[in-house]
Amino acid sequence: MANAVSTPAGAHGGHGAGHGGGHHDGHHDQESMKTFGFWLFLITDVILFGTLFATFVVLRLNTDGGPTGAELIEMNGIIISTFILLTSSFTSGIAVLEMNKGNKRGLILWLAITALLGASFIYLEVTEFIHLVHEGANIGTSAYWSAFFTLVGTHGLHVSVGLVWMIALMLQLRRRGITPVTKRKVNIISLYWHFLDVVWIFVFTIVYLMGVM
Amino acid sequence: MLDKIKDFASEFFVTGDPLILGAQVSIALSLVAILFVLTYFKKWKWLWTEWLTSVDHKKIGIMYIIASILMLFRGGVDALLMRVQLAVPEVEFLNAEHYNQIFTTHGVIMILFMAMPLMFGLFNIVVPLQIGARDVAFPFLNSLSFWMFFFGAMLFNVSFIIGGSPDAGWLAYPPLSQLSGSPGLGQDFYIWGIQISGIGSLATGINFVVTILKMRAPGMKLMQMPMFVWSVLSSCITIMFAFPILTVTLFLLFLDRYLGAHFFTLDGGGNPMMYINLIWMWGHPEVYIVILPAFGIFSEIVSAFSKKKLFGYKSMVFALMSISFFSFFTWAHHFFTMGSGANVNAFFALTTMLIAIPTGVKVFNWLFTMYRGRITFPTPMMWTVAFIPCFVVGGMTGVLLSVAPADFQFHNSYFLIAHFHQVLIGGVVFGYFAGLYYWWPKMFGFRLHEGLGKWAFWFWNIGFYVCFMPQYALGLMGMTRRVNEYNFDMGWQPLNVISTVGAFLMGAAFIFQVWQIAHSIKFYKKEKDGDAWDGRTLEWSIPSPAPLYNFARLPQVTHQDDWWEEKQRITAGEPAKPLAPLEPIHMPKNSGIPFIMSVCWFTAGFGFVWDWKWMIIPGLIGVAVCMLIRSFSYDTDYYIPVDEIERTEAALRGTK
Repeated sequence: MANAVSTPAGAHGGHGAGHGGGHHDGHHDQESMKTFGFWLFLITDVILFGTLFATFVVLRLNTDGGPTGAELIEMNGIIISTFILLTSSFTSGIAVLEMNKGNKRGLILWLAITALLGASFIYLEVTEFIHLVHEGANIGTSAYWSAFFTLVGTHGLHVSVGLVWMIALMLQLRRRGITPVTKRKVNIISLYWHFLDVVWIFVFTIVYLMGVM
Repeated sequence: MLDKIKDFASEFFVTGDPLILGAQVSIALSLVAILFVLTYFKKWKWLWTEWLTSVDHKKIGIMYIIASILMLFRGGVDALLMRVQLAVPEVEFLNAEHYNQIFTTHGVIMILFMAMPLMFGLFNIVVPLQIGARDVAFPFLNSLSFWMFFFGAMLFNVSFIIGGSPDAGWLAYPPLSQLSGSPGLGQDFYIWGIQISGIGSLATGINFVVTILKMRAPGMKLMQMPMFVWSVLSSCITIMFAFPILTVTLFLLFLDRYLGAHFFTLDGGGNPMMYINLIWMWGHPEVYIVILPAFGIFSEIVSAFSKKKLFGYKSMVFALMSISFFSFFTWAHHFFTMGSGANVNAFFALTTMLIAIPTGVKVFNWLFTMYRGRITFPTPMMWTVAFIPCFVVGGMTGVLLSVAPADFQFHNSYFLIAHFHQVLIGGVVFGYFAGLYYWWPKMFGFRLHEGLGKWAFWFWNIGFYVCFMPQYALGLMGMTRRVNEYNFDMGWQPLNVISTVGAFLMGAAFIFQVWQIAHSIKFYKKEKDGDAWDGRTLEWSIPSPAPLYNFARLPQVTHQDDWWEEKQRITAGEPAKPLAPLEPIHMPKNSGIPFIMSVCWFTAGFGFVWDWKWMIIPGLIGVAVCMLIRSFSYDTDYYIPVDEIERTEAALRGTK
């Protein structure tokens, strides 16, 4: 968004007029400020996940004589969903490239593909959780499973929120096209999506690779 | 049918205590009175358009301050009730259960619903004015933060009359705070009240970091910012790193209670000590979050009333930042007795001692600022001067507590109680009072009566020492915290009686302050000049109270204490900075979404407390819908035309 599109935005969230130099219509400032604010939000989200990871690591052996992760978790499904999520990060990257080219249809198409991949990831996760519950492991089984469901579930909840947000954004793009405001919004959701991908890599490594295999 | 309603009501409302019954009746009466006044004077529309939907940082700041003063009253009444019980332990004024509830709510309210909002109120009013900005970075989010805080606080407070208060201590250690230890609803009110307001605090932290880093007036370098702005920056960075931990910790406790998870339970492999570690990883930075801005306020005041530039500006900045860093590495000193071993305890003892060093640096900086200054003593300066010795003693007793082997003795005794009240009252409360007195003319455009302010000052200070000095002794005599009775032969009663007298002196001081405000409103005298104290920083360069857009022209900053330098130049006969032509000002539109969304959060939280799905689901859907509506609205701002700015400025400056 540093090199924002030159089309004047009719309406945009903003007010800090003229801050930081010559131009008095503060929309460049406003949009870049929102992106900066979102980076800070991501820092707080890192702490949030960090706390959940710490909790999981502390409680990873506390199965209270009940089932362990290694006994119940099917790695095949996890590996598939990992590839799906990684691919969705790639497609969201393509969406941003299309946006920078000014191709509205390509942008919406690649966002839709990203959302579909995200939805399949959630579908697989829900299936996995149902499978685990049938096998006798739920959030109240032991401290290990409490930490497992909370950490993995919080990531899943983040992805689901991202899906709703992405759909809302596609509708806005269809109506308003690529403006500095929608451009900033796409950039932010793509940041969010990559961030969730990085978190998933840690989930995959710590919860599944180190804990199960 | 009638019986069913009766059963429900007796479960819904807290019954069987005359004190609480009295409170219920008076709350109901005052609610009716407020509704009546608003309707009779046709003020509903005014309330909605001018306040509830406002995104103006100055109004949001004022609402924060009003809420925090109400909470100070409630927390103060809690304190007085406890002190009465401890002065006459043989009379059962408060039974054990009631006493537990009161020390719990006293702690939560004073830290989270009094100190935090008072701090946010001052952030809101002062920071944009000091950096020469027209609002905060995200005014909509700012309004949302306030209403999340407000409804979170209300959810917590409502437990007093509906459902029952929490009684597991202000940090709700498990297993006591688990369903097994606290089967009642109080603990659920605790979780949701703090959770909802905590999210608001987190958003405020982000908001002000962006505001300070991105919205300073043209020319203002970081190292030219007023010290209060630096302290807000360090405090908000600390908020950003600490509050997510609180969110997670409360969420895990909620899962334990609501879904039967085993994070902190004694069975199922849970680990209660993990909660205690996590809550203090937030809790220790939290006390620095509230004290750092107080340091900033003192720095402003010392410099303004000594008519000198702040001594050691760079070392002050360094001290603030290093305190905010080290505050994350001291948490285990709250439970040296956990049994984590000598090395771990030694580490946390050392970091705790280390953090006293930057604090000491600041004290010397304030003293050197005063040295050879032309000092005057209006109320803000009195609070500042009173703070220094008080905080030094409080800090030194903190260093005593940090000595791990000694702490095994002091731990959970009245020595600790006296220590943290001394830093929190002597530091935080005195600091915010000083700030409130200092910036009051800027907020409202009139001054507070100095004489009554001095009475309040002396009552607060004398009351403080009479109340808390005996508690150090009581702690060394073996009196532990959170007891509501003790035997006469322990020999604790005389000191407890003295302490109670001190508490009532502070209560009287509060009445003086209310009187002071009422008196000053009655004999309202408009400030002619925006520069009430011959100040140094930008907020004093504009009229009081500041117009909606704060600065008609954004100031061009060239110096630290830019307004002071400008005044010096004018006195020396040099030409003032040339005025740029006025331009239309870009402003955010008011929005009702933050209020409505917070009501939805309140609904969902209340539903979770009672496990009423018919409230949880609509509440959460409401939150989501509010967010989507906001995402789809693009018409969120407007311009103030030049002629309107000219009219406003002429009217404001004309009275000069």
